Amino acid sequence: MSIKTIHRDVVVIGGGPAGLAAAIAASEAGCKDVLLIERDRILGGILNQCIHDGFGLHEFKEALSGPEYAARFINRLPGLGIEVMTGTIVLSLSPERILEVSTRGAIQYIQAGAVVLAMGCRERTRGAISIPGQRPSGVYTAGAAQNFINMENIMVGKNVCILGSGDIGLIMARRMTLEGAHVEAVFEILPYSSGLPRNIQQCLNDYNIPLFLNTTVTEIRGNGRLEGVKVAQVGKDRAPIPETERYIPCDTLLLSVGLIPENELTRDAGVAMDPITGGALVDDTFMTSVPGIFSCGNVLHVHDLADWVSVEARDAGRFAAAYVHEKREASRQRITIKEGDGVRYVLPQSVSGERDFILSLRVTAPWRNRAVVVRSGDKKVRRKKIVRLHPAEMIRINIGKDALAAAGGSSLEVSVE
Amino acid sequence: MNHKYEVLIIGGGVVGCAIARELSKYRVSAALLEKEMDVGMGASCRNSGVLHAGFKYAPGSLRARVAVKGNALMDDLCRDLKVKIKRIGKLTVGLDEEDEPTLRHLKEQGDTNGVPGLRVIGREEMQKIQPGVEGYIALHSPSSSIISPYSLTIGLAENALANGVNFHLGQRVESISQQPEKGWHVRTAAGEIFEAQVIINAAGLYSADVSRMAGVDGYTIYPCRGEYYVLDKRLNGTLTALIYPAPKKNAPGWGTHLTPTVDGNILIGPTAQYIKEPENHACTPDILRRLRIEGQKLLPAIQVSDYIRNFAGIRAKQTPPEVGGNKDFVIEDRKDVKGFINLVGLESPGLTASPAIAQMVVEMVGNHLSLVPDPSFNPVRPGSSDFFSELSAEEKADLVAKDPNYGEIICRCEKITKKEILDAINNPLGARTIVSLKYRARASMGRCQGGFCIPRIVRLLRDEFGWRPEDFLKRGVDSPLFVGNVRPEGGQA
Ligand SMILES: Cc1cc2nc3c(=O)[nH]c(=O)nc-3n(C[C@H](O)[C@H](O)[C@H](O)COP(=O)(O)OP(=O)(O)OC[C@H]3O[C@@H](n4cnc5c(N)ncnc54)[C@H](O)[C@@H]3O)c2cc1C
Repeated sequence: MSIKTIHRDVVVIGGGPAGLAAAIAASEAGCKDVLLIERDRILGGILNQCIHDGFGLHEFKEALSGPEYAARFINRLPGLGIEVMTGTIVLSLSPERILEVSTRGAIQYIQAGAVVLAMGCRERTRGAISIPGQRPSGVYTAGAAQNFINMENIMVGKNVCILGSGDIGLIMARRMTLEGAHVEAVFEILPYSSGLPRNIQQCLNDYNIPLFLNTTVTEIRGNGRLEGVKVAQVGKDRAPIPETERYIPCDTLLLSVGLIPENELTRDAGVAMDPITGGALVDDTFMTSVPGIFSCGNVLHVHDLADWVSVEARDAGRFAAAYVHEKREASRQRITIKEGDGVRYVLPQSVSGERDFILSLRVTAPWRNRAVVVRSGDKKVRRKKIVRLHPAEMIRINIGKDALAAAGGSSLEVSVE
Repeated sequence: MNHKYEVLIIGGGVVGCAIARELSKYRVSAALLEKEMDVGMGASCRNSGVLHAGFKYAPGSLRARVAVKGNALMDDLCRDLKVKIKRIGKLTVGLDEEDEPTLRHLKEQGDTNGVPGLRVIGREEMQKIQPGVEGYIALHSPSSSIISPYSLTIGLAENALANGVNFHLGQRVESISQQPEKGWHVRTAAGEIFEAQVIINAAGLYSADVSRMAGVDGYTIYPCRGEYYVLDKRLNGTLTALIYPAPKKNAPGWGTHLTPTVDGNILIGPTAQYIKEPENHACTPDILRRLRIEGQKLLPAIQVSDYIRNFAGIRAKQTPPEVGGNKDFVIEDRKDVKGFINLVGLESPGLTASPAIAQMVVEMVGNHLSLVPDPSFNPVRPGSSDFFSELSAEEKADLVAKDPNYGEIICRCEKITKKEILDAINNPLGARTIVSLKYRARASMGRCQGGFCIPRIVRLLRDEFGWRPEDFLKRGVDSPLFVGNVRPEGGQA
């Protein structure tokens, strides 16, 4: 059978907070032909299973649940005339921006004027961190457990240990407790939590759930269902200290050990990647190394708050629309941005110098009263004092094009001082 | 309940299933008893998936014979059963002149065993077969291949079933007795009785126990575990052949190696470690660390994010740790115990040899029953060996047009469609666990390990088949996924 090819100006892949904001922004920027593709039956992405509140504090100045936050965006789509394809998966993406998509009805090709990648991220699994032991049932990623409980009305277990203090794990510690499960403890291999401080307070401390830092699961036991886990403290090298090993009976282990941007399609298209973020390398328009392909949200780098995803995606959507209209080539003028002392990653990794932009970054360790300094050679472009710096929290700093021009140079370095 | 058959096979691994399929060519009433809820839950789906050529085994040994013959039977078998096989060949690589005599010896041994196409080749030719491989000399064995061990075991079972062999899953044989007139009396843990004239012991790790139940002492199985890493499909295509180091004198086994799978992953392993409990499939920290280090040396392109899973398989060895090495396979029609065909210690290359072992065993059955070919035997299993995701865009479009369930992707990493999930759940053997689904449809075998698709599969099975939370099992009755509903279904929160 021959396959139909259709054309669209801007195609956004992924209908979570990033894709929604990008599609809306592209449309508002004047693009009349925006297509939003989502593989699930409904739009909203991971927000749909986040029934706790805390979304929208920046965007809407009020605390919303995940579905409420998503609805604010979804409700605007019809009015803007944005075309939506749900239950649709993109099978492949070429550098020429041809998408192979599959729906219940048909397989088709879509030739896009510009593509916005907004596929989000997936959870790191047990296999990815090679936890030794048997492979019983009862070991879930925190997000999968959240899906079962909140979306499917299915209880995954009664006696719970949680490995990793990522935000979803913390939220699930509270959720499991509220649904009558006993949560023994949260174990974190790092010397500090990887979740937001507010979640430590509201999800653990308020429910007397202990958090053990510098501690990890060393063995999983159980032939059928999980019977228990061994945990041990780790040394400076993060290797378990045998004398500290202890056994904890439990029937459920939730893993909240990190998120991985879902960049299989991105790699398909030959986009250059950043090994630290696990996402694409982008410029100050969120365009990747492949002209006309943009990236934003958690597929670009894992964010701490959905609100920041929306902010970033709006820019990406707007620039994608501009690309279609202006057929703008990547700007020749490039200033690269590198991470210096105390900085794990920076984004964007290069800028044109033609416009103001927001620098996103994460630090490598928790500190108090430090400054983030952006330098071009020995010239200071920007210095921002921050009281509390934490690897779990993304830092965003405005950089003005005038300051950039004044400092000159072709590369910037960002460090914590 | 009492069941009566002419032939009973104990054990639904690849060997038991191959025997069942071979027997189904004849007019005999036969059944297979398997203690697990599906076939292939033992070593048969926990191995490297390699069809060995057979140059490694001593000339005249049973292992040499059945390996070479089994390998040769695979092309037709895989075509009929829709099993994926890739004849990629193997390079056994010597690093310097010192290895040359070893490789020449292996070639000679292989020639004697009847292995086709063996050649000792130099560096240049070696690198044509596997670009970038470093070595001085190599033995090339073109019949070494990779295969889907899941599809082979399941395909054999389904085809046997279609041709009249009954499969009783979840039936652990507990005791066996022989009555003078009535023949064999086999009792399972579920309290069911099976009567038969001939029983075949294909119980893998428990073959010595089943042998003892039937009155044959003198065998011991020493379980020996092999651990693996499974690598992401990102690295698919980096290995174009099987690469093994030339064996060194006095070194145990073949050392850590990489094996590409027919589905596009790469395996690091297996290791070898004797264990006490026969079915403890745990992976252990020290071995995992070693595999990571050695894997990295063999393939520097491996990144931490390429590790997607660990697993282990357990060999049914007849040699204790202090002896090491291997003993030859035991495949015997016991003269002293009438109607007992005994298979013990079928470790590697049991997967390769399974069709040849099956032919041998069925010949032995002929010593006890008259075997009349069944003209209605159909060797072909319906379906395709390819997954939807492996088809061309045009072929995909055709299928989606025919059945919209092909247009709905449930497992995003492996791109497995709703249609494939439904087919797997409706499998003829009636196996209904998550692992059964995974072995048939590959769902959850990708990089997210089911984080995305398992919730969707659960919803699908609940909506389409009315499954309740307690119906979901990982592999056995003792492995429930869930404890129940959060609150009563249909109720108000
Ligand atoms: C790590 C590893 C790697 C290997 N790699 C290869 C390879 O690359 N190539 C190759 O050719 N071979 C390989 N092998 C060997 C191959 O896997 C085995 O030889 C083969 O699977 C043996 O099949 P089987 O049917 O005898 O055993 P099994 O698959 O173990 O089947 C035995 C079955 O009997 C059932 N059973 C046991 N007791 C009872 C009872 N009392 N009642 C009812 N049922 C019972 C078990 O549940 C099981 O399903 C490997 C093996 C291992 C462990």
